[in-house]
Amino acid sequence: MRKWGNFVQKRAKFAVGISVIVGALGFLAWLGYGESKTYYHTIAELPTLQGAARTHRLRVGGTVSPGSIRRLSGRVDFVLEGEGKSIPVSYVGSDPLPDTFVDKSQALVEGSLARNGSFVAEHVQAKCASKYEAAPGSGAPPASGEKPAGSAQRSTM
Amino acid sequence: MDVFGSFALLLALVCAVYALVGGIAAIRTRHPLLVKSARQAGLATCGLIFLATASLVYLFFSDSFWVAYVVAHSNRDLSTFYKIAALWSGQEGSLLFWSFLLAVYVFSVLLAYRNKNGELMPYVGVVLAGVQIFFLTLNNFVASPFKVLGAPAAGGAFDVFTRADGNGLNPLLQYPEMVIHPPNLYSGYTGFTIPFAFALAALLARYPGEKWIHLTRKWTMIAWCFQTVGILLGAHWAYAVLGWGGYWGWDPVENASLLPWLTGTAFLHSVMMQEKRGMMKVWNVWLVFSTFMLCILGTLLTRSGVVSSVHAFAQSSIGNWFVGFLAVVLLVCLAAYVKNRDYLKSENQLDSMVSRESSFLFNNLILLVSCIAVLSGTLFPVFSEWLSGSRISVGAPFFNKVNIPIGLLLLFLTGVGPLLAWRKTSTDSLKRNFGWPLMFALAAGLVAFAAGLREFYSLVCLMLCLFVAATISMEFFRGAKVIRARSGTSLLASAVELTTRNTRRYGGYIVHMGMVLIFVGLAGAAFNRDAQKEMQLGSTLKIGPYTLLLQSVDSKPEKNYTSERMVVEVMRGGNKPLMMLYPERRFFQTNEQSGTMVAIYSTLREDLYVVYAGQSPDNQLPVIHAYLNPLVKWIWLGGVVVVLGTIVTLLPNRRAVLALSAAPKAAPVPAALAQPLTPSVTLREGHD
Repeated sequence: MRKWGNFVQKRAKFAVGISVIVGALGFLAWLGYGESKTYYHTIAELPTLQGAARTHRLRVGGTVSPGSIRRLSGRVDFVLEGEGKSIPVSYVGSDPLPDTFVDKSQALVEGSLARNGSFVAEHVQAKCASKYEAAPGSGAPPASGEKPAGSAQRSTM
Repeated sequence: MDVFGSFALLLALVCAVYALVGGIAAIRTRHPLLVKSARQAGLATCGLIFLATASLVYLFFSDSFWVAYVVAHSNRDLSTFYKIAALWSGQEGSLLFWSFLLAVYVFSVLLAYRNKNGELMPYVGVVLAGVQIFFLTLNNFVASPFKVLGAPAAGGAFDVFTRADGNGLNPLLQYPEMVIHPPNLYSGYTGFTIPFAFALAALLARYPGEKWIHLTRKWTMIAWCFQTVGILLGAHWAYAVLGWGGYWGWDPVENASLLPWLTGTAFLHSVMMQEKRGMMKVWNVWLVFSTFMLCILGTLLTRSGVVSSVHAFAQSSIGNWFVGFLAVVLLVCLAAYVKNRDYLKSENQLDSMVSRESSFLFNNLILLVSCIAVLSGTLFPVFSEWLSGSRISVGAPFFNKVNIPIGLLLLFLTGVGPLLAWRKTSTDSLKRNFGWPLMFALAAGLVAFAAGLREFYSLVCLMLCLFVAATISMEFFRGAKVIRARSGTSLLASAVELTTRNTRRYGGYIVHMGMVLIFVGLAGAAFNRDAQKEMQLGSTLKIGPYTLLLQSVDSKPEKNYTSERMVVEVMRGGNKPLMMLYPERRFFQTNEQSGTMVAIYSTLREDLYVVYAGQSPDNQLPVIHAYLNPLVKWIWLGGVVVVLGTIVTLLPNRRAVLALSAAPKAAPVPAALAQPLTPSVTLREGHD
């Protein structure tokens, strides 16, 4: 009987140890999730977003509208098109835009919606539409693509 | 040659099917000739895959621009070195290469154990053939690398078109690491098939004892080593080529390579519990099953573009094949487990919190938590889309928050675990083994804190690194001292002698030491700095102790690209000239792509990492982006040490040879005679 008690006690010790570790790591994971979650949306979906959804970090893919790129000091403005809709984008990141970022290239922008409905991008990835294998369906770069060499994106670590 | 290659692949599939069906029949009937013929079909499968691979290589070298795969990945100007790399630079070739590497393993296993383990090997052959059939099906019918360019002509004929030149290899891949990174990583991925096959075979055959673990230890070590090297080479490639100043971005494909590494590392450790104490049998079997499945998942993530990433190719139907195969593997594993689970009954229980067993248990637990975190983070966009309809991704903060503490816990266990005794460790031995290292690490921590190191994780990491390094050094020192006392050789020679007597244990310590060096390098990342500036000729950029002076920008045509480079003079401490750096951008004419060549000045203290970041949108001036990354070199050095350590663990023990040669003379009491040859240190508590 004492042996059995011992066994249970040992088991309990391990269980406590394990749950402390797993719990702490789970909590950290939850924090990291809140900090870095990014919602993928299509351009057509953006105007339909309501309430809290408008304040999320967003990632949107589309095609750079020909002739729309305007290089201003401190930012680059362009228009992103897709599914018959379009949205004005201001790129405010510090890295130079990739070479692949030209008229009609497919671009993936990450940032947030501004109050006036335009998109403020912190990161831009671009790829030249004709040079890669085409993705099935209408161009949704997030699912299809190779990240080009000069993408203006940086990760930590 | 393309016909030859595709025919070889088809025949290989036929042979593999025979090896599977014949193997099952052989297991049922136990007919020796059937066993032999199934094995030989397995060998023939491998031989045919070798031929098919050779013919694809030949097609590349003969510039056969009527084969679609050659056109897509090579051109006439491509150098020999990269023509070999072109073999695995696309979907079809990579999958053939997978089959090829797997065939190398299967061939060696079938040949090495052809007259041994007669009860087990037919099962192993069947499992291996099953895996080969899946990949050969892809090679033959889904992604054939031998497709020719052409169109059907009148009368059922087929016109073949030949292009004058190919499209060339993606410039990002034209880098030496890219030639050796994929083979290493793939050798790791495929290598885990061997322990998987033995584990499943042992379970199916109810093969007694822990023999399958002994048989597969070396294969697992080899696969693990390749995988480690593959991951590090990939990191180095990202660092030196992608030009964003880092080496790990938690990209889906990077994660995919890390996942089986995590479970594989857990497996390497937990099998020791089974060997020594007959515990964790179920756990081990499932660890190796998961490792194999994660290898397949890794290939799926890399090849199908389920999650967007650096490497992902266009979304293709190939993903469904992989998902199907994973489902089959899972079902087979589950069925085998349910049927024979009584065979996996544990012989012992955990005794104490402070024991070798529990250190392995916690090691496994946190490796697994890390694996689950990385896996769920990687697949989050896919799962969130299923569950809530919106695609959500998580980024680096998520992965770092979980994995940094895990890494530090693991580092702690690396120092503590190997010195704890099996079953239960006495307080006395704790003091003896950890007293000095602990004091040393705490003192160093205090000094670092006083010197201004306030970054919490880096401080802890530094202390743990010193602690682990001290425990390992003490182990070598104590053992070597005993040998020196007896033989009178130098301490270094005694340490070498010590290592050759128990390669597994001391090789393991060397691997741990390599991991410590890697952690030192990772800790440096907390102090990365960068600066960016539009540069006129003659202007300077200051970063840390360095001053960068732009002397000129020039442009010159090369064989298959045009290079545009900055000539940057680096000065240290104000204006002491140190060296020249040439960050470069390459423009490839054939496919209108560009590539970055980063210039790195690397020292043990820090890397000065200079990128030619393009031209400023405002005034067309060239932009320089400089990073100061402390301690990065330690990561690569650590990798080298890990490889050396793994090689040591694979060497046979010299003690074993001595004991064997001594055994015949003293057959009745071999243990007594072997004793004097054994360094007394290995008999002490807590060691093996």
